[in-house]
Amino acid sequence: MTFSLYLEVLVQGVLTGLVYGLMALGLSVIFGVVRVVNFAHGEFAVLAMYTTFVLFTVLHLDPIVAAIPIAALFFVMGWLLQRFVVQPFIHRPQHDQFILLVGLAIVLVNALLMIFGPDSRHTNLAYSYDSWFVGPIIVDKVRAYAAAAAVVVTAALFAFFRFTLVGTAIRACADNLTGAAVVGLDVKKLYALTFGLGLACAGAAGAIMVALTDVTPMLAPSFTLLAFTIVIIGGLGSMAGALLGGLLIGVAEALASIIVAPSMKSMVSFALLVAVLALRPQGLLGKPAT
Amino acid sequence: MIAHGAIAQILAGVSRRARVLIGGLAIVMLAAPLVLDRYLLSVLILVCLAAYTGQAWNILLGFAGLLSLGHALYLGLGAYVSAALYVHFGIGPWLGVFPAVAVCIVVAASLGWLAFRFRIEGVYFALLTIAFAEVARVGFDHIGFTGGAGGFFLPVRSEDQGQWWNLRGGPTFFYYLALLLAAAAFVLCAALRRSRVGHRWLAVREDPEAARALGIDINRARMSALVLSAAMTGIAGVFQAFYANNLFPSQIFDISRSIDIILAPIIGGVGTLFGPILGAFVLAPLGEVLISITGAIGLNAPGTKALFFGLFLMAIIAGVPSGLWPRLRELLRLRSASR
Repeated sequence: MTFSLYLEVLVQGVLTGLVYGLMALGLSVIFGVVRVVNFAHGEFAVLAMYTTFVLFTVLHLDPIVAAIPIAALFFVMGWLLQRFVVQPFIHRPQHDQFILLVGLAIVLVNALLMIFGPDSRHTNLAYSYDSWFVGPIIVDKVRAYAAAAAVVVTAALFAFFRFTLVGTAIRACADNLTGAAVVGLDVKKLYALTFGLGLACAGAAGAIMVALTDVTPMLAPSFTLLAFTIVIIGGLGSMAGALLGGLLIGVAEALASIIVAPSMKSMVSFALLVAVLALRPQGLLGKPAT
Repeated sequence: MIAHGAIAQILAGVSRRARVLIGGLAIVMLAAPLVLDRYLLSVLILVCLAAYTGQAWNILLGFAGLLSLGHALYLGLGAYVSAALYVHFGIGPWLGVFPAVAVCIVVAASLGWLAFRFRIEGVYFALLTIAFAEVARVGFDHIGFTGGAGGFFLPVRSEDQGQWWNLRGGPTFFYYLALLLAAAAFVLCAALRRSRVGHRWLAVREDPEAARALGIDINRARMSALVLSAAMTGIAGVFQAFYANNLFPSQIFDISRSIDIILAPIIGGVGTLFGPILGAFVLAPLGEVLISITGAIGLNAPGTKALFFGLFLMAIIAGVPSGLWPRLRELLRLRSASR
């Protein structure tokens, strides 16, 4: 009995963790290439959640389907953001960039608060409470769909970076910026593209997240922090690390919910963060600093 | 005598014009309660408090080059420790401030130990400060001893009024206390700026590698800035607890509180002595004006004020990244010695 309960929670954690991983992937990609920390990452994810919520309420569009147009929309948004807001800050001190994005995060979260109010909004899907019996455990349908969607988007992103010319060019920028500029890559354009991709991840993850949890503006800062925690645990600049971090945090939070208390779950992620910083500061899959 | 010497030393490089301005400001601030009503005085208390916490935060980023986005942690710890000692053991805040500051120092030192040992810098350091504050926020939600998420309340009894030794008093009392804090922080920062340790901080801020080559222990320099900044913020927490008389983990440890702390110095000018003061003077009245304007046009949804502050922050960092004070200083034709 208890064993199957733990197994069930473990599976749940893995499924949620895949969605977390997708969100963190966006942050990791932006940081890895543009070297700017998107402090408004969680805010963009929550913006996507509200967009999804509106699409669902007005057009009855399923959140997981909505992830596609929202990812496209957020790609454009990220492109514009990089081109017109972040690009002038590229050569400014890191603190300035950080404060700029903190300002943007404040604007976003409070705009959402003004428009939608502080109450949490629930999206009631037809299959919200359906589940499958897999051997001894129960798997929520909605969570499985969400995880599958996250895996598809993640796989698409990996394929893009691995197999396309533009993807390779972006990786070149991340590896050696001067070298990339020397061989004639348009770094500015690639930066905008990368920021777009990063926000598309946040957007898709946000849309998918609507299927799993109620949305309130207060989620935004905690998502930003969550994404950061995942990226640091996994190792900065490592895409696989972001996924591994997402899974770890997903599982840790799920287990903490039943072992300690649901409201304490964020403390478990921070404990993990502190442990990683103390024992392996470069992250689980990161390269050691030289 | 030592204090007098310190002040004389601080004033040594300050131009006549600047001295007149400082003196004028001091007189205006001292006389303010005579002419201001309760409401305006409460705004001025916010100004002084923002100037004080801004000064404390500025030591970390402005002097030592470390960005903390979790200073609410020390505010909350100072507030909770002193309030718990008062409510549960009857220990007054003048005594309670010492354990409160001690707790802040221990927490800041452990954060610093974790961060500096592994050369966690820049953005990672900022993240770590947020994470620590979040742990405190969630943790205090579960500490029944201080009321948990339901809040912790200090008794407000009419017979206690005027007990200055328990920080019980009217607005005028709190105003002078806040003014004293702000003035003391200013003097302290001015003295530190010219001290050996201040120069070490600046060296570490400008170029850690060069500072190390000069034989400066950069971890020690950073640690001292962090601990001092945390201790000062903890004192503001004690003030906050006895001024507001209620504490909620979701408010006092919240990231928005940390943002409030950093707004004044960023707007006024990071690394300057007058920046936090100027920023506080711009910010608190601006907030009040915004509230009344948005209220008048029926836009008083929660978040309006914060939205404008966010835009303001972006505009400042994009347009005048060194803050308003350096501009104002030029306008007033003050010599750079009064930085």
